[in-house]
Amino acid sequence: MLAPSLGVSAILFSIGVAGVLLRRNVIIIFMCVELMLNAVNLTFIALAQQLGPEGQVVVFFVMAVAAAEVAVGLAIIIAIYRHKESVDLRDFNLLKG
Amino acid sequence: MPATVEIAWLVVLLPLLGFAANGWLSFFRPNAKTAVSAIGVGVLLASFGVAIAVVTGLSGAAHDAPFIVELWSWMPVGDLQLDIAFQVDQLSALMLLVVTGVGSLIHIFSVGYMKTDEGYARYFAYLNLFVFFMLVLVLGSSFPVLFIGWEGVGLCSYLLIGFWYTDNANADAGKKAFIMNRIGDFGLMVAMFMIYRSTGSLDFGAVFDAAPTAFTVGGATVTLITLFLFLGCVGKSAQIPLYTWLPDAMAGPTPVSALIHAATMVTAGVYLVARSNVLFAMAPVSSAVVAGVGALTALFAATIALKQWDIKKVLAYSTVSQLGYMFMGVGLGAYASGVFHLMTHAFFKALLFLGSGSVIHAMHHAHHATHSKDDAQDMRNMGGLRGFMPWTAALMWIATLAIAGIPPLSGFFSKDGILAAAFARGHDAPIFMAMWVAGSAAALLTAFYMTRMMLYTFHGTNRTGVQERKHLHEAPWSMTGPLAVLAVLAIGGGLLNLPHIFPGAGWLEHWLEPVTAGSAAYWEAIHLEVGTEWALLGAATAVALAGIIAAVVLLKPAQLPRASEATEERGWQRVLRDKYYIDELYDALIVRPLVWLSRRVLWRSVDDGAIDGALVNGSAKLTKFLGWAGTQFQTGRVGTYILFFVVGALILIRAVMSQP
Repeated sequence: MLAPSLGVSAILFSIGVAGVLLRRNVIIIFMCVELMLNAVNLTFIALAQQLGPEGQVVVFFVMAVAAAEVAVGLAIIIAIYRHKESVDLRDFNLLKG
Repeated sequence: MPATVEIAWLVVLLPLLGFAANGWLSFFRPNAKTAVSAIGVGVLLASFGVAIAVVTGLSGAAHDAPFIVELWSWMPVGDLQLDIAFQVDQLSALMLLVVTGVGSLIHIFSVGYMKTDEGYARYFAYLNLFVFFMLVLVLGSSFPVLFIGWEGVGLCSYLLIGFWYTDNANADAGKKAFIMNRIGDFGLMVAMFMIYRSTGSLDFGAVFDAAPTAFTVGGATVTLITLFLFLGCVGKSAQIPLYTWLPDAMAGPTPVSALIHAATMVTAGVYLVARSNVLFAMAPVSSAVVAGVGALTALFAATIALKQWDIKKVLAYSTVSQLGYMFMGVGLGAYASGVFHLMTHAFFKALLFLGSGSVIHAMHHAHHATHSKDDAQDMRNMGGLRGFMPWTAALMWIATLAIAGIPPLSGFFSKDGILAAAFARGHDAPIFMAMWVAGSAAALLTAFYMTRMMLYTFHGTNRTGVQERKHLHEAPWSMTGPLAVLAVLAIGGGLLNLPHIFPGAGWLEHWLEPVTAGSAAYWEAIHLEVGTEWALLGAATAVALAGIIAAVVLLKPAQLPRASEATEERGWQRVLRDKYYIDELYDALIVRPLVWLSRRVLWRSVDDGAIDGALVNGSAKLTKFLGWAGTQFQTGRVGTYILFFVVGALILIRAVMSQP
């Protein structure tokens, strides 16, 4: 069961990375980030089958932090949307040096 | 050590105090001329008094070793222990008396000469400072202490040549003197380094004691050291090829020319050679170079003096020429004769310069009264001044006869001592005989040009102009007084070192024996038969008389035109008037290439191009480029940042996984 589980999580993680790199819509990128987090969660679960329950504990931590991150992240996105009237990442370039 | 010798430091300190006081006055009370005169002259007279006490103490002492007056430790660095210390011996005692004695007379003269000058206090401050440094120079007990004085007198010379600095030519003359002296100072410093390396000390006593074991006679090291020492002397004492600054130095006030550029500072080179007589005696080649350069300079400068019209320029070239005699003397191993001529020259040349100062003072006064723009120093504008300033004329005639070498005046004996030494050495080496011929020829020219100067200045018809004539007057007693004292010295100074055929002969030679004893072993004693000696004295007298008579017969002071009406000289007369174009030659060979090199290469290429362009601006540009390159990563797009992040993460993972 280990190899297919790790394979699925690797595929999911790659999809997440590709989405973050290629998409412009902040909401989609945000979802891709979540996808990566969950791919990692899947890896933890799969490995926990063999190595003991610590991996499962970490998954709960990740879920809790992800929930908090979603709350903050969505709040920032809404704030930016109110300011810029856009969710396109190309319009968000205030960090330019 | 006798108590009177121990106070030698007081001789030096007094002029320094005078400098401090007058320097203060020059800033805050520039018009307090009475106070300035009292301080300026007072410290010198006091210093002279102390100097007499010191010399009395020295001559009363039983032993011959020099007295060292240690003041404080200057540079205790490892093996090098340098003290600020003064050495009182027979040579420095003599210089002490000349510097403070002649210096006092010139200070007194300056009171009258500079009376109306705005920079009166500044003038006396500089003059006192000069005497201080000159005393450090002659009293220093080691080469570095001498060097302090050496540099200090150079500084004062520069300050006083450019005393009237608002005129650009004067300031330039000061710079010229300073820069040419630098060349000589370089030689002196190199010599000092080499001496320390060879003997491990810089104190005169230690160096000269170590010299016989540290050096071989005629060896390369001692020859190089002495040649570098002589380079210093050439600069300071205005010998070929570094003599051109001295005639230009006449831009300073005339008493300065008398004190610094005739009597004391320019003779420092002769003093240094006489002081280092052990080293020079061990290097026969260097000694021959010293004598040869001296003989050449004596003759060369004398020819230039023949056609100068500026009264001070005549005396300047005369000084260069007479300094040549002194070097000839010390180069021939006749150290006492060289120092003797140094002393007598200080008397009669100071007298001549101060006398010319009186003349220029009177001429300036007359020109000032009538607003004349004529050159007050051009002899063609003088003439017949004898009737207006009889005292000055009579006293200057005494000095002229002394420098020309008429017996029994001082110059006759001192010059004869040097020429006799050349003649005696010439018995074995023809080169020295050639120097005797050159020296005798220079003596003939000396008699001629000095008589010419006197005839054109004091005799013939008066050419000052009718209006000016009413204002010509004899100088005040404060100016003629010092002249009279110097005249007595110029007459009687010769008694100090009579030739061997007279009773009481060679007193100075005997006095200096403790100083020159170390070198006596390396020189063959100068010995002349009684008949030869008489013949030489007769020849010298005949040469001097011939020069004077030739000048009286050939020159027609009554027919001389004024400077403004004079016709241009031609041929060799013009070459002499233009000083063999040596200044122009130096300008073309050294100054211009140096300026070109500095401007085109060092400034435009090296400084502007390499240093400013490549290094300074280049490093700024590099920093700017690196900053610009860094900003290119900061696009402000989150996507770019993430891409870098992912790529970086991949590289890290790859690196971690490739670990064994």
